[in-house]
Amino acid sequence: MIIETGHFALLLALAVAAYQMVVPLYAATRGDERLMRVAASSAVMQFLLLCLSFAVLTWAYVTSDFSVLNVWANSHSAKPLVYKISGVWGNHEGSMLLWVLILALFSAAVAIFGTNLPPGLRARVLSVQGSISFAFLSFIVLVSNPFLRLDQVPAQGKGLNPILQDPALAIHPPLLYAGYVGLSVAFSFAIAALIEGRVDAAWARWVRPWTLAAWMFLTVGIAMGSWWAYYELGWGGWWFWDPVENASFMPWLIATALLHSAIVVEKRNALKVWTILLAILAFSLSLIGTFLVRSGVLTSVHAFAVDPERGVFILLILCLFIGGALALYAWRAPSLQAGGLFSPISREGALVVNNLLLTAAAAAVFIGTLYPLVLEAINGTKISVGPPYFNFTFGILVLPLLVLVPFGPMMSWKRADAWAATQRLWAAALIALAATLIPVIAQVRGPWLAPLGIGLGAWLIAGSLVELAGRIKLFQAPFTTSLARLKGLPGQAIGMTLAHLGVGVMVLGVVAVTAWREEIGVAMKPGDVTEIAGAKITFKGESPLTGPNYSATVGRFSVETGNRVVSELTSEKRIFLPSRQPTTEVGIHSFWTGDLYVAMGDEAPGGGRNVRAYFNPLVTLIWIGSVIMFIGGGISLMDRRYRIGAPKRAATAAVPAE
Amino acid sequence: MLKRLLLALLIVWISAMPLRAVQPDEVLADPALEARARGLSVHFRCLVCQNQSIDDSDAPLARDLRLLIRERLTAGDSDNEVIDYLVSRYGEFVLLKPRFATHTLVLWLGPFVILLAGLAFVIRHRRRDRTAPNEQPLTGEEAQELERILKP
Repeated sequence: MIIETGHFALLLALAVAAYQMVVPLYAATRGDERLMRVAASSAVMQFLLLCLSFAVLTWAYVTSDFSVLNVWANSHSAKPLVYKISGVWGNHEGSMLLWVLILALFSAAVAIFGTNLPPGLRARVLSVQGSISFAFLSFIVLVSNPFLRLDQVPAQGKGLNPILQDPALAIHPPLLYAGYVGLSVAFSFAIAALIEGRVDAAWARWVRPWTLAAWMFLTVGIAMGSWWAYYELGWGGWWFWDPVENASFMPWLIATALLHSAIVVEKRNALKVWTILLAILAFSLSLIGTFLVRSGVLTSVHAFAVDPERGVFILLILCLFIGGALALYAWRAPSLQAGGLFSPISREGALVVNNLLLTAAAAAVFIGTLYPLVLEAINGTKISVGPPYFNFTFGILVLPLLVLVPFGPMMSWKRADAWAATQRLWAAALIALAATLIPVIAQVRGPWLAPLGIGLGAWLIAGSLVELAGRIKLFQAPFTTSLARLKGLPGQAIGMTLAHLGVGVMVLGVVAVTAWREEIGVAMKPGDVTEIAGAKITFKGESPLTGPNYSATVGRFSVETGNRVVSELTSEKRIFLPSRQPTTEVGIHSFWTGDLYVAMGDEAPGGGRNVRAYFNPLVTLIWIGSVIMFIGGGISLMDRRYRIGAPKRAATAAVPAE
Repeated sequence: MLKRLLLALLIVWISAMPLRAVQPDEVLADPALEARARGLSVHFRCLVCQNQSIDDSDAPLARDLRLLIRERLTAGDSDNEVIDYLVSRYGEFVLLKPRFATHTLVLWLGPFVILLAGLAFVIRHRRRDRTAPNEQPLTGEEAQELERILKP
């Protein structure tokens, strides 16, 4: 009965979505303000219904109700509670339900917090949100229903893919989906603006916080996925250019571009046509990402769904929304009024360069991910596109962007003096030079170009700090004045500084681990000692272990530096019960200088155990950098201008677009 | 200077990552040869795996390919000869970095064409914006207001 309640709530949500899609749009066209108000209430109602539906599915998982096909296929009664819960979205049907739940959450948030929006805009935005929701709810109800029952109730479930039974991966999908789906709001605002034929500073200021929130979730979601891959997959890599990683990275790149171009719309009323396009592209890439991962078109760990019926359905949704949005764009965008003029050397110009490079980088990822599929579909030629391609093309496009980042904030609007901006960065340049020299003087072995990479990271960090120092007049005014100015800085300014600084921190980590990683692979018997990066690793032996739903071999290692034991590491090889699938749990000890990473291999042919140990210098900075970017986004979101100072639109009616 | 710096950074970026899945018994005695083997193996796909290079994979086939590369190198093959040999045996699918050829033109040039197209778009729009005066026509109310002010 409870299951049927959830199922019924899902169907009701579909009906509400249809209503939310049609009625507010009609009301907005007629200018009927009373009727427009149903948009907000239906968005909230839809959210509540989906909450109920999702809660019921979760309940089925927690109580291991194997009469539900989906629970039987993806759960197991011996699983720890946390993985029973995360199992809800660890499968195709459940994750799609989570997807629409988050979509409804964002719609409800627009309905509740968007009271300062003009009624017509709000109604249209919520109507577009309703149409997305309608499409995906239809998809769930017709071909991915999680509430289907089994006639014969099995005694035990088939279990969750063991690789997904991990704390980071339990919260990775909700974060990532919040990012993907959050971009739908920017998309809906863009469509609504195209329908209204009006884009102005107020529009940009409304769109930006939603994009920022989505971007923050994407940032931390991607970082968490990368962190998980690092410690779980057992070979110490942190980014593999896997199609599913790319699927989340493309919307991130475009969302980053959108965040920057929306500033230009807000401050200077320029780049409007371009910004609308980015808003459409960002969510389109989210949809494509969902399609790639959900349709099973790629064979990869994440692509659980193999049913072509679903793939075709999502492809249809994809074509409808992306095609429709781009057609509307082609029709309406030319009529949007051109904005303020600016010289190429200006803040606007810098942001255009940022946008071009980010978009081209996203294109490189896009082409690299989809080209093999397209080529195979056209003439059957099978090629692989792997890390060497992405590192080359993406690197070529992103390196100049990174070098230019500190210049952007130094430029003034409309017309800037490039030489003056450069002069203001002399301190940052000195710090970057010093950072370049550190590895050279310390005579660290490795690629001779690596020090330049370290210099680039330092340049980004110092560049953002110098900009902040300039704003608060550090060393130019008394310290108390600077402190007062710091407190008075708008959240957006501090947010930008932190976000750019986070990129620099991440670059340091990427360069260090790429250039100076050390590794060793040896067969070890208990008592054997091996050395890596100045640390002595002793293999103490291995023993069997039985977990709740797996059996494992646990290897114990002690780590010594300078004749002092600094850590006792355990590293496991696990075999999960229902599927006999092996996974690794690596042992990691973090020094200040980097991670010591020990993974158990197979049994060595001559007795003993193959052990792989790595020293990953500064690798943690990659994720610390992401967290700094996330915090920067959060502080920017707190900016009170978003809440109280939203500019009033000109009182006059919009000029018709035709 | 800047160009050289960029090029330098680029090479840092694309420099091959160290070997990962290699088992102790596979390693060649000659360190120079072993380094070449490692450099090569990140460029080959483990054909039975999901998107892994033979450098990353623990699969038996990946091990066979790693040993094959070492065999060829020991026999005196150049890097390119090893690549050609593997491609002739397993097809182009084995390469993680597709060759630059007519069927991969879009792949290799696409991103840069898009960058140039974007640049052209921006320049064209700037021209258009400059020729079209940045004046918004008066709305009805504003026109009335103006008329009221101008009336003697």
